[in-house]
Formats: sequence, structure tokens, C-alpha cells
Amino acid sequence: MSGAVRLQVGELAKRFGGVVAVKNMSFDLKAGEIVGLIGPNGSGKSTVMSLIMGIARANSGTIKLDGVDISGWPAHRIARSGVSIVFQHSRPLQRQTVLENVKLALLPDSLLRLATEASVGERAREIAERVGLGGVLHRHPWTLPFADLRRMELAKAVARDPKVVLIDEPFAGLTPTEIKVFSDLIRTLRDEGRAVLLVDHSVKSVAALADRVIAMYLGERIAEGSADEVMQNETVRRVYIGGKIEAVERKSAGAGQAPTLLQLDAVEVFYGKTKALDRVDLRVRQDEFVSIVGLNGAGKTTLFNAISGLVPYRGAIRFGERDLRSQTAASIARGGVVHCPETRELFVHMSVRENLDLGGGHLSKSERQRQLDWVFDLFPILEQRQAQAARTLSGGEQQMLALGRALMMQPKLLILDEPTLGLAPVILGQLSKAIERLRQERSLTLLLAEQNVTFALPHSDRVYVLDHGRITWQGDPVRFAEEMSTGYL
Amino acid sequence: MAFLRSRLFWIAAAVVVVAALLPFWVSIYLLSVLTAAYYFGVFAMAWDLLFGFAGEVNFGPTFLIGLGAYTAAILNSTAGLPIPVCVVAGALAAVAGGILLAVPALRLRGPYFGLVTLVAVLLLQNFVVIFASVTGGEIGMTVPDVLSIDASVNYWYALAFLVVCAALLFGLSRSAVGLILQASGQDAVEAAALGFNVTKHKVAAFCVSALFSGTAGAMLIFYMGTASVDTVVDIAIGVQIIIAAVLGGRRTILGAALGAVFLIVANEFLRPLGQLNTFVVAAIALAVILFFPEGLLGYALHRGERE
Repeated sequence: MSGAVRLQVGELAKRFGGVVAVKNMSFDLKAGEIVGLIGPNGSGKSTVMSLIMGIARANSGTIKLDGVDISGWPAHRIARSGVSIVFQHSRPLQRQTVLENVKLALLPDSLLRLATEASVGERAREIAERVGLGGVLHRHPWTLPFADLRRMELAKAVARDPKVVLIDEPFAGLTPTEIKVFSDLIRTLRDEGRAVLLVDHSVKSVAALADRVIAMYLGERIAEGSADEVMQNETVRRVYIGGKIEAVERKSAGAGQAPTLLQLDAVEVFYGKTKALDRVDLRVRQDEFVSIVGLNGAGKTTLFNAISGLVPYRGAIRFGERDLRSQTAASIARGGVVHCPETRELFVHMSVRENLDLGGGHLSKSERQRQLDWVFDLFPILEQRQAQAARTLSGGEQQMLALGRALMMQPKLLILDEPTLGLAPVILGQLSKAIERLRQERSLTLLLAEQNVTFALPHSDRVYVLDHGRITWQGDPVRFAEEMSTGYL
Repeated sequence: MAFLRSRLFWIAAAVVVVAALLPFWVSIYLLSVLTAAYYFGVFAMAWDLLFGFAGEVNFGPTFLIGLGAYTAAILNSTAGLPIPVCVVAGALAAVAGGILLAVPALRLRGPYFGLVTLVAVLLLQNFVVIFASVTGGEIGMTVPDVLSIDASVNYWYALAFLVVCAALLFGLSRSAVGLILQASGQDAVEAAALGFNVTKHKVAAFCVSALFSGTAGAMLIFYMGTASVDTVVDIAIGVQIIIAAVLGGRRTILGAALGAVFLIVANEFLRPLGQLNTFVVAAIALAVILFFPEGLLGYALHRGERE
């Protein structure tokens, strides 16, 4: 079914400051082949895509298109040579119609062609009709449903007859019926002899479509083969679920009787028309460590953002005696609900010490010093790196700094969102030890979101499972191991 | 859209006809105010091409205008060259200056492009003051030639110039190149991924903006008979141009001209208020920007689109 090698990626490497995003990545893409590039959040798959497209520049390695090395070329030249991309989020021209948006993709890169040729209009119409936009050619993008916007992006990407098509999260936000239509469209691309690379975070969503799947983790390839082979692969299972699920029974002193610290009742969050959280009820008691597990896109981060006052929501969120609804994000944080986000949000141009001092900005001098000593004791590497700019730290060190900065705020409730994101196993061990020490040394309540269940379970008194914005299961970690370990992926 | 465009065309045509007949009706004073406003309109339209389409905020429109104006003035007063030659030379000087500024500045991301353009104005201002023997320094310089001594003729020159510039810039903004420019301004990454050299298109837009700004600057001094820092270079003039363009409506080109005329005429009519005058005009501009961020014409057009 597949033909000549179109795209050859060799020994590709990319660093952002101290963070290694991609290393030693090599693979081929043949004509008439659909390849799925999968990996959990932060594994480097999107970076690989930007490197191929020329949006970011690789530190080393080669990218060959039909044998010609295109690495280091500007994006527009790579596009002209036959690579195109369907972005997950796009900003179409809102004042122009769908047809004009598609026409744009067909225009020559010239400063002198003021008028569009008639053939361009015809061709644009033809392409738009092929992807099913025939009925909405003269509408404006902002009047279209989401699926049609995705069609328009697809139309733009295939307009100039590319040899290689990169598609970022092809099915995100689509209904099952729409997914079927899109799968058929993508198959047509393959049948026309194009090489297609689908980038997605889960194997399942590309399994039916991909001829071959490459799994990435920590910037490297960890498995390659058919979708089934990759799903069965031990390493893949370990990075997605965190390996064998083992529960540790917690001996929490009287957590069952402690007063409720955080209480969520029927919390709902909408992004435009999409419901991201659906009637979530949640209780966290004083000194309890609670985990929320769920795959990417389940709504974990949205839930945390609602608690921290960063997104508007319906329903009620109470912290101790206080109703958090009417409070700003800043006053919620000062009240003791400290959020350590998945994106870390470090002040990257400031030094490690300055980041920590900002966290402890409201403390008295002596208290701040005590807190700082404790954070340095928890993460000795931060003490050595005090004067270094945060951006130059490695990914693991940045996570430690983010956690350290959150602890400097002396949280009553610490909200920790995916601390394991994109981190190597050895770092996970260190983080795990640090979290264990938090429980022993401080009076602290923890709300932890994780995709990596193995990391989360040993630290949990209770577990909630979040799936598509709903709480689908709750119980203690022992029961989780018994009931959920098979059905989770 | 085609209907809207044609409706817009007929409205514009009617406005131009009425404007052309004004010298038979209104006072010489009002004519002189409108004449200056029309040149100002070209400044604002040229600025909107950069901000509305290329998505770059140029804080130094008066750098380009000043280059055009002073080049023309110096050539006229020292070499005695005829007005058309001086205007063409002024336009070319503005384009050359624009390229020198844009090529390095467009490499910078975020707010830095705007800061570079701001600094360029200060440089030009200092240059004019330091080389006072040629430029007249802070007092300014008079040019021996003027377009006309008849207020009506001057008015018609300005109106014709405005109409030609508006037609060219509006046509450009609606052309294929305008579409690419708009895409580059909105999402440079996606435009590049569609195969467009974003930097090339933005530099070209800067050149076009410089061409019109420089020409208008040169024309303006041959209308006024003097060139001075206060009228063609000062940062305050640049701010007025920016307010005019935003007031009229981003990404509309024609709106910028309307905004400029409104701003200048309002300033004159409120003159009896004394010192309060500029305050009131600024407050009106602020209110429009806060409540109609798309500007006057942008708001009107957008309502039409939604219907």
C-alpha cells in the first residue's frame, strides 16, 4: 500500500532553555501511509511537528523531504516544497468568507499579483466542496460550527496538493459521527498517495486509521508498530498509566473524621458551547491527600482552574467557611488555596531565588528564611541553582521550583496539577519522596491531578476518576487497584 | 459582500461629490481646515495598512512623514527643484528610510517593533534640530514654492490626492496581496505554514505605507509653505494619526480618513472652548475606542455583515 519514502527524520534534537523537548528522534514517512505519532502531554510530539514544518528550529538532526534536507529552512519555503499542516486551533480570516479563506491558501507568494486568477476561485470551490463545505461557501467563519471550521483548515492544508500532511489532534472536539467523516477524508488523502502524520495524545483515537504508530515519551521514541502492538507494549503502558498499579493502604490518622476543607457542589464549566465539567461534586477533608486521575482532556485542569477562580463556573465551591465564588484568584491564593499549575508558570527570566522569594513575598523576613530553608532541604538542587535563571533549569528542576514556590506561600490546600508531566522516572522518585515528606512534616491538604496512576496512588487517601468532565468513580486506592486497573486506559 | 461593497462605493462617491462642491459654499477658513485634514487622512490610511492589515503597530508614522516633508523642503529651498520632483524625491526618501527601519525592526517580536519606530521619530527630531543650518532647526523652514495661493485650488489638490490615495490603498487592501497581508498580521505562523513569506509581505506593506506617508508629507509642506518639527515630525502628531485611524475603524482604510477629518474638524469647532478643546476631543476619542473598539466605520460595516 505504501510507496517511496517521502519524509525522513534523522537524529532530531530540540532544547528549550534547559528543557530537552526532543532527542534522538528518527523515523520515516512513506507516500500513501498514515502514521500516528502519539505520546502523553509533554512528550515532544508537537515539537516534532513544528520542527518538520519549520516553525521551530532543531538544534541538531536532519529532516529530508524526497531526499532534500529541509531542516533550517523557513516555514514558508517548507510549505512551498510540499509539507502542510492542520493546526488544532486556527485563526481564520473572520471578515472573509469560507471560500476566500480557502482561496488564500492557493495564492502565489508574490507581491505583484493583485488580482486572483479565475482558476483560483474554481479550484478553491472544488476543494471546499470535496471536504464537505459546499453548503457554506459564502458564510463567515464565525458563523460555522466547530466541525466545519476543522474542514476549512483541512481544505486549506490540502489546497496546494502537498506531499506530506501533518495533522494535530485530528479528532479533538468532534462528535463520533464527525470523527467518522474526518477519518474518511484522511483516508482519501492516503489513497491519493500523500504521506499523513497524525499527532495525538492517545493511541485509541488514531488506532482505526493509522497504518503504523510511533509512541514518544520524554522526547524519544519508545515504541513503533501497529496500533495493537503499541497498545500492548509494556513501556507504553507504563508511561500512560505508570506501570503496574499497586495500592498502598494509607494509615491516615483520623482523616475520616476531620472537618471538610474543600467542598464542590454541582460545579459546571463551559467553554463556549462545550461543557468541560459536568456537575462535579467533590469533598476534601483537612489533612487529606486526594487524587483526581483521568486521561488528558478529562477536565482535571479545568476543575483546578475553577477552584482557583481562574475560570467562571456554575455551582458552589466552598473552602472552609468561605464561599469562593465571589473572590478573585489573588484573594483565593492568599486565603491558602495554592495552585501549582501543570504549565508551571515560572518567571523564566528571574533567578531560582527570586521565584522562591516571590512565593514567600507576604511572609516576614525570618519566617521567609525558615520556609526557604525547608524548601531547600526538600530540594537541595534548588539551593545550588539559586542564582540561575529559571529558564535554564531542566524540566525536573523546573517542576521542583514550581512546587517550591507554591510551598513558599504556606498553603493550607495545595493543588498540584500533573507534576509528573514530561519528567523522567528518576525525577518522579524524587518528587514522590518530597510529597511524602510534606505529609509527615507539615499540616497540609493536597489535591493532586494525575494521568500517571502509579505516581498518584501511594500518595492518596482517596481517589476520584474524572472522565469527559464527569466524576465516574470514587473510593480508596485499594479498591481502585482492584476495580479500575483494567479498564482505565 | 459584493452588495455591501457596491453600497460602500456609492456612499463614498456621493461623499466625494459633496466634498468637491464645498468651496462654493463654505468659508475660506473651513476650507483651510479641511485641506489639512485631507492630508492627515492620507497619513491615517497609510498607518492603517500597517496596523490593520500587517498587524504591526508603528508608533512613528511621523518618521516617514517627516522624511518625506523635509527631503522635499530641503531640495526645494536649496536646489530650487520644481515641486513635482521634490515630492517624488520626498516619497522615495520615506521609502528608503522605511526599509532601513523595517528590515531590522521586523526581526524583533512583540512590542519591540513599536519601540524601534518610536525611537526613530526622536532620532529624526534631533537630527532636524542639530542640522539647523539646512533644516531650519526648531523654528522650521519656509519653502519658496507653494502649490497655489488660492484656497479653493489648494483644497481641490488635497481632495484629489486623498481620493486617489484612498482608492489605491483600499484597492490594495482588498486585493490578493491584501488578503495575504491580513493573514500574516493575524496569525504569522499559519500564514508561513500556508507558504507565505511573512517578513517579505510586511516589509512591502511598510514600504507602501512609507510611500504614501512621504508623499503626503511633502504635499503638505507645499500647501503650508513651511516645514517644522511641530507640524510633521513631533510625536504628538503621530499620536493624533494613530487616534484618527483607530477612531475611524481598524482594517477599513477608509475609516482612517474619516477619523482624521473628524478629529481635525472637531478640534477646530471646539476651539471656542479654549484649553478644554483638546481635552474634549481626546475624551470623545477615548469613549469611541472603549465602547466601539472597531471604530466608527468598522462598527457600521460589521453590523452590516451580521445582518
